[in-house]
Amino acid sequence: MSHWPVYVEGVGLWSPQLADFAALRAWLAGAPLPPPAARPAANVLPANERRRAPESVLLATEVAGQAVAMSGRQASDLACVFSSAYGDQAITDYMCETLARDPSALSPTRFHNSVHNAPAGYWTIATDCHAPSAAVCGYRASLGAGLLEAAMQTIADQRPVLLVCSDIAGTGPLGTMTESRQAFGCALVLVPQASPHSLARLELTPTRQSAATAAPSPLPATWHEANVTAAAALPLLLLLAGHGAHYTLATAGSVGLDIHLEEVA
Amino acid sequence: MSVPIHPLAVSAYTVTSALGHGLHDHLHALDTARSDLRANDFSSAPLACWIGRVAGVENITLPSAFAAWECRNNRLAWLGLNQDGFADRVRAARERYGAERVALVLGTSTASIGATEEAYRRLDADGRMPADLRRPAIHVPHSLVAFVAEALGLEGPALTMSTACSSSAKVFASAERMIRLGLVDAAVVGGVDTLCDSVLFGFNALELVSPEPCQPFDRARRGISIGEAAGFALLERTDAHPDAPRLLGYGESSDAHHMSTPHPEGLGAEFALRDALARAGLEAAQVDYINLHGTASQKNDEVEAALVSRAFPATTRASSTKAFTGHTLGAAGILEAAFALLAMEHGLVPGNLGCNDPDPACGPQFAWRNEQKRIDIALSNSFGFGGNNACLAFGKAAA
Repeated sequence: MSHWPVYVEGVGLWSPQLADFAALRAWLAGAPLPPPAARPAANVLPANERRRAPESVLLATEVAGQAVAMSGRQASDLACVFSSAYGDQAITDYMCETLARDPSALSPTRFHNSVHNAPAGYWTIATDCHAPSAAVCGYRASLGAGLLEAAMQTIADQRPVLLVCSDIAGTGPLGTMTESRQAFGCALVLVPQASPHSLARLELTPTRQSAATAAPSPLPATWHEANVTAAAALPLLLLLAGHGAHYTLATAGSVGLDIHLEEVA
Repeated sequence: MSVPIHPLAVSAYTVTSALGHGLHDHLHALDTARSDLRANDFSSAPLACWIGRVAGVENITLPSAFAAWECRNNRLAWLGLNQDGFADRVRAARERYGAERVALVLGTSTASIGATEEAYRRLDADGRMPADLRRPAIHVPHSLVAFVAEALGLEGPALTMSTACSSSAKVFASAERMIRLGLVDAAVVGGVDTLCDSVLFGFNALELVSPEPCQPFDRARRGISIGEAAGFALLERTDAHPDAPRLLGYGESSDAHHMSTPHPEGLGAEFALRDALARAGLEAAQVDYINLHGTASQKNDEVEAALVSRAFPATTRASSTKAFTGHTLGAAGILEAAFALLAMEHGLVPGNLGCNDPDPACGPQFAWRNEQKRIDIALSNSFGFGGNNACLAFGKAAA
């Protein structure tokens, strides 16, 4: 069985409770949480784009910007993989509602923002990135599918890759199907070799065990239950924050990824 | 950054579109220069445009074991899987390698959103989806891959690629990396997108839909005609299938320009092309045929024609097949990969249907009528919203 080492150089995180990865570490160390933010700042986007961009794009570009800033790398040099279980549910809800009522009233801007790769598009435009950009999903295994795709690119082409996994809250009739209760996004900068910026080395091993296994979480259950992306990602972020060393993540129906963390810095 | 790859065998492939079910219907349509676009008879409200609609999708019922996956997109997927003996070829691969050693990577732009649209048209008095459509797994973009994994009995990595109109081209790249790194021994790649109100009224709102059948590269082109398609290919190492056509390379890039308009100088498209040639170890002059993205939108065709003119000699033949099938969006990559493979197999350069008065940007590379020609190397271009570009390079089996 193959083992793939990847090095993490940057971590991004945003939820209504946690503004970044440092906030998670601080909370784990016992510090009180600052008041929740209304929405992701998404400072990487130019002001005019920030006003127009949908919530899914603000969330994804916010965590992407955090992770890249931590890595010290140029965003334009990074291939990127954006994963989301649901895409922009608010736009899907708007589109389906409008199409049912008055199809000719559909907004062209909201239509082009509805594509699953809208965050990848806004990100590459904002950072002048000509590298490959992917938008993927795998329903409940979207984080694992995204991590697998990003790790394959990192190792096969020996290049740094930005992985972004995010989902916003569901709305309308669609929201009752997705059960995404609140927004959650995270991002990792993965590289094939150790460097002074390495935060951790992750040893990835494919496994037939697809049921997620992680140490008991010190986090409030509601954070894990925010949506499927949060549920899959928080155990990995806990590893990176120094809580535990092993996590099995689902990447598809019957394939998992064993993650062993070796602390570097 | 472009790492050369070992070629992979395309050991089986199939497509289903407005032109028919399976490869024979597609080859026949190319051979006779026959378009199957028709006046829009699909959308839930009238919209004057032309569409590439697959015949018979409404008459299909999924086997009862898959009833939970019922929706137009999965019916089209099922129809497509059962052409050209493709499902049997996958079964053989599954038995040879093991179900967990075969990956599934499919592209789609809207998956089964048609079912979500229908649910919103039929909300009950309490504003809830009707009971028959309260199936969470069909209201997510992964529904296609989840269904096909079950239908084919595959247990390997299963990934949905959704980068708009480059989706089912990029799947070849993801699958190649998985095979190269030994994660799997084979991969089913492809894509399915079906007609739905979202894309018909959405592209119409962007003023990108032609009121007439689309006319790729014509001076008077007025936009795209939207179509639907299902296509699949099986990728394996060449030693298992030394006589099969080959995936030689692929290129991927981002425009970094605009969400719904291509880069004016085709910068991203050229990066994808150069990446594909570098991975395949090819010079541009070795390319015999390019199946162009050629959507018949004003900007795409202008930019792509200029790229062909500056990058290739006249001996490289080029054409768009969008006037045959319509723009099948997330399925366009696999559909047109199949056209490139058919062109190689049969020595047929398909004429660029729908163009009567070529745009002056078009160079001598354009094949306006069918040509018989030996084709050893064929490319396929796919460009999507968000400035997402892919280029695939295929070749004949080594002599």
